[in-house]
Amino acid sequence: MKITAGDMHFQTLNETIRNTPDTEIEIDSCLGQRYIGAGLSGKHIVIKGTPGNALGAYQDGCNIEVHGDAQDATGDTMNDGMITVYGSSGDATGYAMRGGKIFVKGNIGYRAGIHMKAYKEKVPKLIIGGCAGSFLGEYQAGGVIVVLGLLQDGSYPLVGNFCGTGMHGGKMYLRTDTLPANLPIQVKAEDASEKDMDEVRPLLQEFCSKFDFDLQTVLNAHFFVLTPDTANPYKALYTRN
Amino acid sequence: MQKEGQFHIPSGCAIAGLFCKDGRRVSGESMIDSITVMHDRSNGLGGGFAGYGIYPEHKDAYAFHVFYDNTAAKESVEDFLTQHFDIESLSRIPTRKTSGITDAPLIWRYFVHPLPRMLQDMEVDEREYVVRCVMKINAQYDGAYVFSSGKNMGVFKAVGYPEDVGRFYKLEDYAGYCWTAHGRYPTNTPGWWGGAHPFALLDYSVVHNGEISSYDANRRCIEMYGYSCNLMTDTEAITYIVDYLNRRQGLSLEEVANVIAAPFWSTIEAMPEPKRSQMTYLRNTFASMLITGPFSILLGFSGGMMALNDRLKLRSMVAAEKGETVYVASEESAIRRIQPELDRIWAPRGGEPLIFRLNEGVKF
Repeated sequence: MKITAGDMHFQTLNETIRNTPDTEIEIDSCLGQRYIGAGLSGKHIVIKGTPGNALGAYQDGCNIEVHGDAQDATGDTMNDGMITVYGSSGDATGYAMRGGKIFVKGNIGYRAGIHMKAYKEKVPKLIIGGCAGSFLGEYQAGGVIVVLGLLQDGSYPLVGNFCGTGMHGGKMYLRTDTLPANLPIQVKAEDASEKDMDEVRPLLQEFCSKFDFDLQTVLNAHFFVLTPDTANPYKALYTRN
Repeated sequence: MQKEGQFHIPSGCAIAGLFCKDGRRVSGESMIDSITVMHDRSNGLGGGFAGYGIYPEHKDAYAFHVFYDNTAAKESVEDFLTQHFDIESLSRIPTRKTSGITDAPLIWRYFVHPLPRMLQDMEVDEREYVVRCVMKINAQYDGAYVFSSGKNMGVFKAVGYPEDVGRFYKLEDYAGYCWTAHGRYPTNTPGWWGGAHPFALLDYSVVHNGEISSYDANRRCIEMYGYSCNLMTDTEAITYIVDYLNRRQGLSLEEVANVIAAPFWSTIEAMPEPKRSQMTYLRNTFASMLITGPFSILLGFSGGMMALNDRLKLRSMVAAEKGETVYVASEESAIRRIQPELDRIWAPRGGEPLIFRLNEGVKF
């Protein structure tokens, strides 16, 4: 099904997508319509234009492609599926993700991947081609965040301030020679080991083939891996027990 | 009806702005188109616009836009105006019947010049004189509110959705080099005409998405310098703080941004000298003017526009350029609505002011 969104209200657009038996959906001239693909599963949604906030929020197995930029709260609390953004994505992208993958070719806003979590086979993944704003992975509890810095024009650092504040699970890969300043003491930063790189390689491969980057160029750089320092890094932070 | 401060509603807002660096004047229509895309960020309890360069035929006069509850208020304010100003012209602000806009007050516009004799008596400069007169009317004249008082600029606001407000005021009939717009979703307070954005004093106008946690500290501080916060709306305090810091203290707009959206002490400590000392000085000297809580604001002023987020960037804001035109909005879609093809689009960092000015040599 092909839909020209234009000035269509988000409710009409989303009811149309929800009610059609079609699983292949193409949205043209998208202009700020919120909640596209929210809570849905089993659909392939290709969007041209600028989708609104909360794209793919709570989604459970859709494949969503954005040929343009995504706004805020993309993939909020998504449980499964894939979101691919060929431009940049706004604040709180991947907020509280529980599963699935978000690939962003360009930059990402503030508070990306905050409170991502994981459980057994559910390991959400957020890969960013450009750079990220402040509070990346704040309160991260699980899953994998990767920031590659491939499209940096030098105007902003790879990640902003307060990266990994409150992190207590999961992993963050930063492709850089210099660590962000003032990482919290509860977060351990190490050079990526061979094992770390083996783990992330398939993901990078997928990322590169999607966006036409050269995998060797991406790999041929230094990666840091950030993890919480111990199993219980915040023990005795507020109380003595 | 309950007014500001008597009622609490939990909840967003929308802001948008466009600025032509080459001084080209565009109709208010495109600003309406832009803010319409973000309809669902407002709830119909306030909308407004500020246009700059819209009164070229009166560009040396202060343009007062005034709401009156009744003719008695109008008569007494007009007496005051006659005593303090030479009134170049006065008229009702043209409006059209618009569904969605109800309970309109009387809305009048005056192009005025301070009386030289009065200026001399008060021994203040012209702009200070105008501020004092506006403050006096707003604080002491019941049922009257001067909501716009700059030169060659004007604020148009009402209770309603912004697109309806724009049509109500016939903004297609005005052309400006800069426009800002606001769609309101009042937090804490019910919407009323005076409480709609932009808030303006002289040629400063502020549209704001967010909620200031430090409102009372800011209000107590700014009231010490002769500003009276009559509207019980946090944005009013921002406007007065900008006027105080920029006009009265002579701080640059960058410095103003570093006061109201000061970085964390930990961030300041990591700065190289002399920046660290400068930031420390600003934060200490104007401590009570630090604005905390989420905000994205657009400040309009004669010849320029500044966009600023709170230091944590708790509200969304994107900026874009196409040729000589700059766009800023809460959502990218609002920009794409009026300019699908952009040269550059980016999200400024929290506390990082974007300041746009007319190109050198452009007159307004």
